Amino acid sequence: MAMLEIRNLHVTVDGKPILKGLELAIEPGEVHALMGPNGAGKSTLSYVIAGRKGYDVTEGQVLFDGQDILEMEPEERACAGLFLAFQYPVEIPGVSGTTFLKTALNSLRKVRGEAELDAMQFLKFVREKAKPLGIGDEMLKRAVNVGFSGGEKKRNEVLQMAVLEPRLAVLDETDSGLDIDALRIVADGVNKLRDPARATLVITHYQRLLDHIVPDRVHVLADGRIVKSGGKELALELEEKGYAQFSGAQAA
Amino acid sequence: MVRRTTGDTTLGDGFDTAARRLPGADVAWLTGLRRAGIEAFRAAGLPTRRVEAWKYTNLNALAKLGFEPADEDSSAALDAIPADALALDGACRIVLVNGRLRRDLSDMDRIPDGVTVSGLAETLTRDPASLEGRIAPVSHDRDGALAALNAAFLEDGIVLDFADGAEVATPIHLISVGVPAAGRAVAAYPRNLVVAGRGSRATLVESHVAAGRGPYFSNGVTDVTLQDEAKLTRAKLQNEGSEGFHIALARVSIGNGAVYDGFVLQRGGALSRDEIHASIIGSGAECRLNGAYLGSGRQHIDNTTVIDHRAPGSLSREVYKGVLDERARGVFQGRIVVHRDAQQTNGHQLNKTLLLSRDAEIDTKPELEIYADDVKCSHGATVGELSDAELFYMRSRGIDEATARDMLVSAFVGEAIEQLRDATLVRLFGDYVSGWVEARHRSTEESGA
Repeated sequence: MAMLEIRNLHVTVDGKPILKGLELAIEPGEVHALMGPNGAGKSTLSYVIAGRKGYDVTEGQVLFDGQDILEMEPEERACAGLFLAFQYPVEIPGVSGTTFLKTALNSLRKVRGEAELDAMQFLKFVREKAKPLGIGDEMLKRAVNVGFSGGEKKRNEVLQMAVLEPRLAVLDETDSGLDIDALRIVADGVNKLRDPARATLVITHYQRLLDHIVPDRVHVLADGRIVKSGGKELALELEEKGYAQFSGAQAA
Repeated sequence: MVRRTTGDTTLGDGFDTAARRLPGADVAWLTGLRRAGIEAFRAAGLPTRRVEAWKYTNLNALAKLGFEPADEDSSAALDAIPADALALDGACRIVLVNGRLRRDLSDMDRIPDGVTVSGLAETLTRDPASLEGRIAPVSHDRDGALAALNAAFLEDGIVLDFADGAEVATPIHLISVGVPAAGRAVAAYPRNLVVAGRGSRATLVESHVAAGRGPYFSNGVTDVTLQDEAKLTRAKLQNEGSEGFHIALARVSIGNGAVYDGFVLQRGGALSRDEIHASIIGSGAECRLNGAYLGSGRQHIDNTTVIDHRAPGSLSREVYKGVLDERARGVFQGRIVVHRDAQQTNGHQLNKTLLLSRDAEIDTKPELEIYADDVKCSHGATVGELSDAELFYMRSRGIDEATARDMLVSAFVGEAIEQLRDATLVRLFGDYVSGWVEARHRSTEESGA
């Protein structure tokens, strides 16, 4: 059974159709890349999977482990093992990074039937995860994402992913705004979580990130549908030829 | 001409009888001060909403209850300090019950060095001359009708002095307890006099709490003088009973190089108003007025501040943040006046309110009046709801919605609490905020069930 299976997904935002019959299946252990031009519906898909309000699913299903998640609250999806790395991570003034992550992790552990970590246990755990990402104690203590640079925000997303250890991670343009060093740090963080029981959906505009996170499958999303799928070589082809061919197809 | 007042109030009734039994009833300057108070109050009545300073706070409910001055029995009835006063370990506790000093409940035997504390009533009986000129009269125009009423019924309170140069590490914790009386609505009119001597360092913490249920009215005036180079922290918790009325005026005078660090958390009472008039009469002085307010049900919470910059080169900072739920109403009135001679004044004021319900309301009114030409002053006010984007972000990490809301509310108020520079006070007041947030959380769950 596919870990994530999206069937004939139609989504409107403010009455405007964005996704128009999207189909996608991801098996455990796989990394899929979703590419496509601006406005194709990539971020809409990521928000629908995570459960953000304001996206109306008019048709179709999103199955995680065979269960339709569309009726689940965002926190229930997170507890089930879903994670979205935000394209624009949100600043939360007054809530420290450690408090935020500890509360999140303990919520998940509670659902998994594991003992909650106390402050000391958590600190030890999070430091271990933060170190390879170049995140020190000072950054952990600061209010979540407040005053962070673009690159720090993205590294912070990857830290959250490393701490929460989701089974399915959706990375929404995690590479945007990163220089080449930061890109490598982020990619290493993602690759660490690669194992046969987990899967990743990488949403990106560019081939660049896929040099570091090598996908098993690449899909092209245009005008609300997957218009082409292939192996990792498809990303290279897109890099060369661009998305014009797909926009053309849709105009025809 | 008859001035229109808020209904017929009985608050001034019984003055003639009371005046005869109040301490120092035979002292001319004192009876004159009381008489001036009652006359001003009778002439003006309770302020209506047509009085500018009371535009957003309606006192009809106060007028209706027919409060009468609390007698001595009502204050003697209490035998222990209520547990919901701030748990300030190691502090020197001074307890007022219905405005009267209760030596037996207070730590009178362990007043720290450099501090003197006595009761106002006992001092007025024993040595009234020592207070002549120190009990400042009330001006109706400046201080309002309720302060005039406080002067009329002036009886007890504390006289607190920090000696010149005293560095007092032990905080003085003034615990004011309102004890409702059976079958009557009682009022207390405490007057507290505080002087921080030249170069002294001290902390005064106030807890205003109730023992028992029922309506009562605390109408206190606190006069605080900071002599040159004094540094006084005054942190107040207003956690009156659910039927309590709390009106408080603090008149603060700040001398050269002195630092007044004021904080108030208002979360109790049916109707409350904390009013501060700070007068900066010295240069190089600092006046910090910070606060937080938490309202639910049909509570009405008013914070009114006036900062008068009367001398050059001083600084004022003001951060008030509040959270209002259900049908609670909040008022913030913050006036900063920079007089002509107060050049190089630096003033900043901020008021932010979070509304958790569609029926909650805030009236916020910042005012800058500047008569000097070389000053730096700013103010800001915002009213908002919890951010959907922040909530979604937290929930997407597995934090349930109720917990996420609690965390965001606590974080919002935290900015005001953290203005306190004392870690112990930050923690204690922070606990009151979390306690409130958790209680809201529970009541939401119950009503949702």
